[in-house]
Amino acid sequence: MVAVGVVAALVAALPFVLRNQYYVGIAVFVGINAIVAIGLNLLMGYAGQVSLGHAAFIALGAYTSAILTTRTGLSPWLAMPVAVALASLIAAVIGVPTLRLHGHYLAMATLGFGMIVSIVINEWVSLTGGTSGLVDIPRLSLAGLALDSDTKYYYLVWACVAASLLLSFNIVNSRVGRALRAVHTSEVAAATCGVNIARTKLQVFVLSAALAGLAGSLYAHQLQFVGPGHTFGFGFSIELVVMVVFGGLATIWGAIVGAGVVTVLGEYLRRVGDRDVAVFGIVLILLLVFMPRGLVHGLASLTRRLRREP
Amino acid sequence: MGTGVLEAHALRKVFGGLVAVNDVSFTIAEGGVKAMIGPNGAGKTTIFNLLCGVYPLTAGGFRIGGKRGDGRLPHVIAHMGLARTFQNVQLFSNMSAIENVMVGWHRRGRAGFLAAALRLPWSRAEDRAARKACVEKLGFVGLADRADDEALSLPFGQQRLVELARALASEPRLLLLDEPAAGLSTREKADLARLVRRICEQGVTILLVDHDMDFVMDISDMVIVLDHGEKIAEGPPREVQKNARVIAAYLGEEVGPAD
Repeated sequence: MVAVGVVAALVAALPFVLRNQYYVGIAVFVGINAIVAIGLNLLMGYAGQVSLGHAAFIALGAYTSAILTTRTGLSPWLAMPVAVALASLIAAVIGVPTLRLHGHYLAMATLGFGMIVSIVINEWVSLTGGTSGLVDIPRLSLAGLALDSDTKYYYLVWACVAASLLLSFNIVNSRVGRALRAVHTSEVAAATCGVNIARTKLQVFVLSAALAGLAGSLYAHQLQFVGPGHTFGFGFSIELVVMVVFGGLATIWGAIVGAGVVTVLGEYLRRVGDRDVAVFGIVLILLLVFMPRGLVHGLASLTRRLRREP
Repeated sequence: MGTGVLEAHALRKVFGGLVAVNDVSFTIAEGGVKAMIGPNGAGKTTIFNLLCGVYPLTAGGFRIGGKRGDGRLPHVIAHMGLARTFQNVQLFSNMSAIENVMVGWHRRGRAGFLAAALRLPWSRAEDRAARKACVEKLGFVGLADRADDEALSLPFGQQRLVELARALASEPRLLLLDEPAAGLSTREKADLARLVRRICEQGVTILLVDHDMDFVMDISDMVIVLDHGEKIAEGPPREVQKNARVIAAYLGEEVGPAD
C-alpha cells in the first residue's frame, strides 16, 4: 500500500517537476499507451494470447470519437463509451471463432484486422477524411472546466490509468483471474476444474480491446486531430507488444514501466530518424538476454543481488 | 437402464490405426471405491481422458448421473459433477496451494468478469466463502499450514495432496484418481488409502487407476480389469485375483502343458 501511495504521489507531482509543456505532453501519451499496455498485458501475460492488431482498436476508438463529435456534434463524453463499446464488439466478432482454436490464430486474425482498418482509414474518404484525416475534434471538459492544457489532460489520462490498474488487479485476484492464470499453465487441468477456456480468453481479449478503444478516444481528444499515421499502424501494434514484454509479462506494473520506456525512447529516437527501428530491436534483444522476465522482475532481482553482496 | 453415477456403453477410442479402447462398457454404482487395473497400455488413462472430455470418443457413449456426457467439453462435464487428478501432477505454477484449490472451486462460484473488476460486495463475499471452504479442503488432506506456499515448491507427495484437495473443492459426485499412489512412499500410501476411504465416507464415488496391486486390492470394493483396450474381468478384488484371464494378462500365457 505504501508503494502505491508513493507512486501515486510521484505521478501527481510530475507535471510540476517537468514544467516544460512538451514533456508533459509526452507524459500524456505515456499514460494513453499504458492503458493499452495494461489490457494487452492481461491478454498476453495471463491468457497467453498475442494480438498483433491492438493499434487498430486504438484507431477504432479514436475515429469513433472523432466522427461522432465532428459530424453529429455528440458530446465527447457520450462518444467515448460508444468508442469503447464498438472496439469491444468488434473484438468479440474476431475472438469468437479464433479463440475456440488452440494455437495462435488470434495473432493472425488481429494482424489481418489491423490491415483492414488501415485500408479503411485511408480509402473510405467520406467517413474518415482519408489521408487528410479529421480536424477540429473538441476537447474534453469536466464539470464546466475545459481540459484545455496538457497538464489538465494529464490528470484525466492518469486517472484512467489508475482505474485500469485497479480493474486489472481486481480481475487477477478473483475467481476469473485465478481461472485465467490456470489456463495459462495447463488448459486441460483448468478445463477439468470447470473453467470455460474459450470464454475466459474471449473476455480478456474483449476487455483489452475496450481499453485500447478508451485510449484511442483519449488520444483523439488530446490531439484534436486524427489521420492515418504511426499510432494506428502495424508498427505501433508491435511497439505495444514490446511495451508488455519490456515491462514483463504477467506483471501489471510492468505494463506502465514498459509503456513509459518505449514511449520516451520512441520520442527520443525520432531524432535519429529511420534508424529507430534498429535501435528498438537491439534494446529488445539485450533485454531478452539479460532480463528475460522483463524490466520490473529484472531490476528487482538485480537489487536483491546487490544487497546480498555489498 | 442402470442407476449408476456413471454408465459407459461400448466406449471406443482409435488413435490412427491403434485401437486404444475397444468397446468397453461398465457401470459405476453410487458410493464406494472402484478400481481400474491392467498392464501398461491397457487403456486406463485413455478411458479417464474420454470420460472427462479431453479426448473425443470414436464411438460409444456415457452418462454421468443419467445425463449424456459424451460429446461435451471438459468444463461442461466438470459441471456435471466429475473431478479428477492426473498421473503427472498438473498443478498451476506461480500460484499458491490455496489458489490452486480455489481453481477447483471454480464451478461452485458465479462471480464473472464485471463483478470481479468492480469488486462488487457479493463477489467479495463469495470469494471469502470460497477461501474458507478451500482452506477446509486443504486441512482435510492435512496441508492447512501450507495454504500460502507456492504449490510447485512443495514436496511431490504434498503436491499430490494439493491436487486431490483441488478436485474435492468442486464437490464432485464422481472422483477419478489417475495413479494416486505412484511415486509415494509406503507410509504415504497408507495415509492416502485412509484419505480415500474418508472421501468415500463423505458420499463421493471414486474410480481409481493404479499399478500397486496391494494398494488397489486393499482399498477397492470392485475392480475392472483391462488388457489391450478390452475389459477382461470385473468383480470384487478376491474374485478378480483368481480369474484365469487376469492372471494370464499379468503373468503371460502358459505356453507348454502344465505339470
